Amino acid sequence: MSYPTKHALETPTLLSRHQGDPAVKTLEGWRGVGGYETLRHAAGMAPDDITGIVRDSGLRGRGGAGFPTGLKWSFMPKDDGKPHYLCCNADESEPGAFKDREIIRWTPHLLIEGCLIAARAIRAGHVYIYVRGEFFQETVPLTDAVTEAYEAGIIGKNVMGTGWDCDLTVHFGAGAYIAGEETGLMNSLMGNRAEPWAKPPFPAQAGAFGMPTTVNNVETLATVPMIVDGGAQWYRQWGTEKSPGTKLWSCSGHLVNPGNYEFELGVPLSKIIFDVCGGAPGGKKIKAVIPGGSSTALLAGDELDCDTTYEGLQEAGSSLGTASPIVMDEDTDIVAAMRRIAQFYAHESCGQCVQCREGTSWVVQILQRIEAGDGKPEDIGTLYDLCEQMTGRTICVLADSVVFPLKSSLDKFRYEYEAKMTRSPMVAAGAAG
Amino acid sequence: MSRRVHPAVVPAQPFHLTTREAGDGPVLTTDEGREWVETAVSRYPQKKAALLPLLSYVQSKRGWVTPGDMADAADALDLTPAFVHSVATFYTMYNRRPVGRHLIQVCTNIACFLNRGEEVLERFLEETGTHEGEMSACGNFTVLEQECLGACGFATVVHVNEKCFENVTPEGVGAIVQALRDDAAAYPNGAARAVEGGD
Repeated sequence: MSYPTKHALETPTLLSRHQGDPAVKTLEGWRGVGGYETLRHAAGMAPDDITGIVRDSGLRGRGGAGFPTGLKWSFMPKDDGKPHYLCCNADESEPGAFKDREIIRWTPHLLIEGCLIAARAIRAGHVYIYVRGEFFQETVPLTDAVTEAYEAGIIGKNVMGTGWDCDLTVHFGAGAYIAGEETGLMNSLMGNRAEPWAKPPFPAQAGAFGMPTTVNNVETLATVPMIVDGGAQWYRQWGTEKSPGTKLWSCSGHLVNPGNYEFELGVPLSKIIFDVCGGAPGGKKIKAVIPGGSSTALLAGDELDCDTTYEGLQEAGSSLGTASPIVMDEDTDIVAAMRRIAQFYAHESCGQCVQCREGTSWVVQILQRIEAGDGKPEDIGTLYDLCEQMTGRTICVLADSVVFPLKSSLDKFRYEYEAKMTRSPMVAAGAAG
Repeated sequence: MSRRVHPAVVPAQPFHLTTREAGDGPVLTTDEGREWVETAVSRYPQKKAALLPLLSYVQSKRGWVTPGDMADAADALDLTPAFVHSVATFYTMYNRRPVGRHLIQVCTNIACFLNRGEEVLERFLEETGTHEGEMSACGNFTVLEQECLGACGFATVVHVNEKCFENVTPEGVGAIVQALRDDAAAYPNGAARAVEGGD
């Protein structure tokens, strides 16, 4: 376990400041670094004032979509007399991402503090932290911290003596990528199969248990206390107008120094990959990078000068996603890599929508035969067709998520697919005929 | 778990364990089981929400979830067995047949794939003499191919029951399996079988 991962770039460490210090896992240690003082303050604030600060800070959801957090909170009804819920999405299921894991296991009290402040803002009386079931070891510090916080009167009745009540429960999933989608998560929390539902109803209208609910990512919630403490303008001193603040980057694949690193938003991607992560081992060239987790479009090795902001990666033709670059060196077989990615989505499709259930499996079958040298002449065309059919036609974006990497790999590395086709007897026969 | 588990974290307890204390006996219908169900249910506004925690609890005690357990869970939460079955089969972590004392899960998703994850899986299958998903004759091992385990920077990632191993290489697999074999001897119910099975 090679944590924490420090780097030499001049960019602040806000979220990861205490990662690697075992002392802050305990309540005493967390209080020692000023922990729960922001909660004490926030518990006495008007909910809309908390939402206002977060809205003004420009914080965007760190789970992948980048939706403005304050705006999401403002959708929650007021004075409706119904119970409200906050779901903390700790499903961390996007291949490439492993940042929430660090927050959970190094700074569990930071997450609890963020959850409670957010619960105050959206008038929730119960927070559910939905953690992916595979994180057995990683969740122990969190369950210990929750136990301690309950026993110290920080969670539960009369939070820190302020007269406000808020419960919190840690809930394990049981292995389903789609439980990371917000409606899938709520269905799973309610004891159902983790099948996403078509919106409306939106979570803020009728979410978990049919009540107004907000679903926020771990990193988003862990960022909230510092914003409430420091103020919106303080947070905006980092990053850009559209992408303020700092962000954890989970770097994996062919890298000398993989790991989690925190950067101010806007650092060039090439700096992260080469200066911090040391590029590919053995001095090899980099063929491609999937910048935002496996559901984002792939960038070729010569497209890495883009800025790591939501808008910068969009301009580059991809997206920031969960900020989890997966790096592939020059020896990587792109077709095999895409086949493996597609297998994941085929395995994880919940099966409700035909385009996704059938499409993901077709993609796998076609990629498998191309990889094996048995591709048919029309296969590349069929893959493009599938990309078209699988985009924007389903309840959730799982089908779209396989299209982004697949289509970009076809666009940028078509020659790799074609090179395997020429080995195929069927294609050779087609060319001769 | 000697320490008292706070109700708030009851639904988040590890459920792939080496200890399978329930054996073939009942889980949810014992006094301890009933008390546990009551605690789990108390954390949610609707009973049904305790279903995943219940199935997980069963698995922590038995290593897998039997049709009888699903019926007991349905009873406890006023659901139909068919519905419970539909949920139990949706999630990959619920074992619906017995698994080896050491459940070895190897990630071969993209980041691990790029770092020889598929070779690591092959090595585990060779070392344990099993096919993917099959329990070894001695009952010590089941090896599963897994989708992303969420530690991509430390590929290849392998889970053995509740423990997480990072940076596993194909060359390192032999030592892990040997350590598990040695360790198996330390478990009261596994010792004799481990030796007899001679895996």
